[in-house]
Amino acid sequence: MNINRLMAIVLKELRQLRRDRLTFGMILGIPSLQLILFGFAINLDIRHIDAAYVDQAQTVQSRETIARLKATEVVNLRGQLFSPEQLQTEMRKGHISVGIVIPADFERRLQVRDRPAYQIMVDGSDQTVQAAARQLAQMPLPALNKPYQGTEIVNFYNPERRAPVNTVPGLIGVILTMTLVMFTAMALVRERERGNLEMLIATPVSPWELTIGKVLPFVFIGLVQVTVVLLLGKLVFSVPIRGSLLEVYAAALLFILANLSLGILLSTMAKSQFQAMQLAFFTFLPQILLSGFMFPYAGMPVFAQRIAEILPMTHFIRLIRGIMLRGADLWDMPWDLAALAMIAAVLLTISTRRISKRLD
Amino acid sequence: MVSELPEYAIMARGLTRRFGELVAVDHIDLSVSRGQVYGFLGPNGSGKSTTLRMLCGLLTPTSGSAEVLGLHMPEQAELLKKRIGYMTQKFSLYEDLSVLENLQFLAAVHDIPRKLAKSRIAEMLERYHFVDRQHQLAGTMSGGQKQRLSLAGSILHEPELLLLDEPTSAVDPESRRDFWSKLFELADAGTTLLVSTHYMDEAERCHRLAILDQGKLVADGTPKSLCEQLPGKVWLVQTEQARAAETALRKLPEIIGVAQIGMDLRVLAKASVDQQFIRNHLPSEPLRLEMTTPNLEDVFVAATHKHDRVVL
Repeated sequence: MNINRLMAIVLKELRQLRRDRLTFGMILGIPSLQLILFGFAINLDIRHIDAAYVDQAQTVQSRETIARLKATEVVNLRGQLFSPEQLQTEMRKGHISVGIVIPADFERRLQVRDRPAYQIMVDGSDQTVQAAARQLAQMPLPALNKPYQGTEIVNFYNPERRAPVNTVPGLIGVILTMTLVMFTAMALVRERERGNLEMLIATPVSPWELTIGKVLPFVFIGLVQVTVVLLLGKLVFSVPIRGSLLEVYAAALLFILANLSLGILLSTMAKSQFQAMQLAFFTFLPQILLSGFMFPYAGMPVFAQRIAEILPMTHFIRLIRGIMLRGADLWDMPWDLAALAMIAAVLLTISTRRISKRLD
Repeated sequence: MVSELPEYAIMARGLTRRFGELVAVDHIDLSVSRGQVYGFLGPNGSGKSTTLRMLCGLLTPTSGSAEVLGLHMPEQAELLKKRIGYMTQKFSLYEDLSVLENLQFLAAVHDIPRKLAKSRIAEMLERYHFVDRQHQLAGTMSGGQKQRLSLAGSILHEPELLLLDEPTSAVDPESRRDFWSKLFELADAGTTLLVSTHYMDEAERCHRLAILDQGKLVADGTPKSLCEQLPGKVWLVQTEQARAAETALRKLPEIIGVAQIGMDLRVLAKASVDQQFIRNHLPSEPLRLEMTTPNLEDVFVAATHKHDRVVL
């Protein structure tokens, strides 16, 4: 081996790398950004789960219990409601993940101990919330000197605590993101790399026709993918679809559009198919890690939650879990619906503007 | 109707394009009459492609103005795109579509009504000998076939003006001749053609010619008038020591350029130079030394000699 020749190749690589600014940026950008982001964000020790309570006892001890629950910081008590039914409604809408019910005969139950003294209702569509609720159950109750299992945990939506029920809906989001962003990110770059784009822009084709025309076939592909995952989920893992199937598809369609728009935007930024793939991967990681698919949204610091809010997958995961597992309507979650639509519209507009019919 | 059309298909004044420090096209004036086959002759990097791109609205000129088919560039580029055909230097149709599929795509993109498109495509397949190959993937065809397909694709919508960027640079001589006869068929039918090339034999066939060098238009006229107006004389030198002779002659300020053609040297010299002068400066007695009629190659050498660019 000749060291000069070897060094010549090393030097050449470095020079090429320096000119490929995007790749160069990614070499430093990916590890630093993701380390900072995920180092803080991935926190399995969940705190501040949104919760509400119903206190039908209204006694000193019931208030003390509520205060102790608050003090654990596991739940973030957003307020008091008046009936367990109201708690259920709020949970279905995704406003709270934990509901606490203190019955009117709380004091008596604490003394007689024939039944659990109070109840914690848990949104079982999110596995991590289930785990946190068990933590709450360990909390000692007031006026007790003997060990007594005074807390009853009711697991809504996934009573058997089966993992597929939690993962399959989210997996739809992951699969759509992985394939669609990647496909479309490559699409325009490929035309540019192969020289087709110069021919195309010399024709009367408009940027909108070009963008939408590229995206439409993938909308169809995305819907096929959704169908495959739903069918397998149902047949193999018995994952329920408690809400309307039509709404599952409506949410998926919106999410597909957002992903495709993101892909097209990446496509206008990348200079080669390789760069497009890198960019797609770059957007893919935060979506997996911050969207609530893998790690609980509630466990993330505020700044990571802010980032999660601009990722399409965060909203889709909430929508799809809501519809499939909690039997919610799309209109129960208007914010996520609006956010997804907004993300799609903004990305599509930006990318269409970036597709110039000029070469300069 | 015809009388209302402007006389010129292309009118450019002071057309300039910079890329950072580089001046790719430097104040070019251009007038192309309708129905002409207008040639752009120049070495690689002389600004041919950039000029063509500005003329079809793909690039914005840094300064200067261009009027193409009566439309202002680049403001009215979108209107123009319906009326021109543009054939890129690199094969730009889809290699993973068949001949027929490519043509169908282009017909749709150009808004050709379905019925008309069908007959136009059939006509193109026939005229460009693709009937038997219409289901072949474009990527599997030879260079010459690809160029024929590109041409067919760029004239499907019957453009008034066709701009071709070095259409024959990757094509064998036979296919080149064939391709050019197709271009003249189009010109006979009334299409204006602007063709860039770096082949002399192709340039010679054009009705009119512009020679570009380092972004500047250094000569333009009919091939014949360009040859006639050549300043200086052309000498044909046959010698056994061609390389040494070329080196010796090149040093002289009276010699504008030397090009080796086969075993002969074509020497372009100032008008004041006579036979004895050349003989005196040759390293050995030439086998033959005579004056000859200038051809386009000599014009090209003369037009570009300032920049020491001789070989083509």
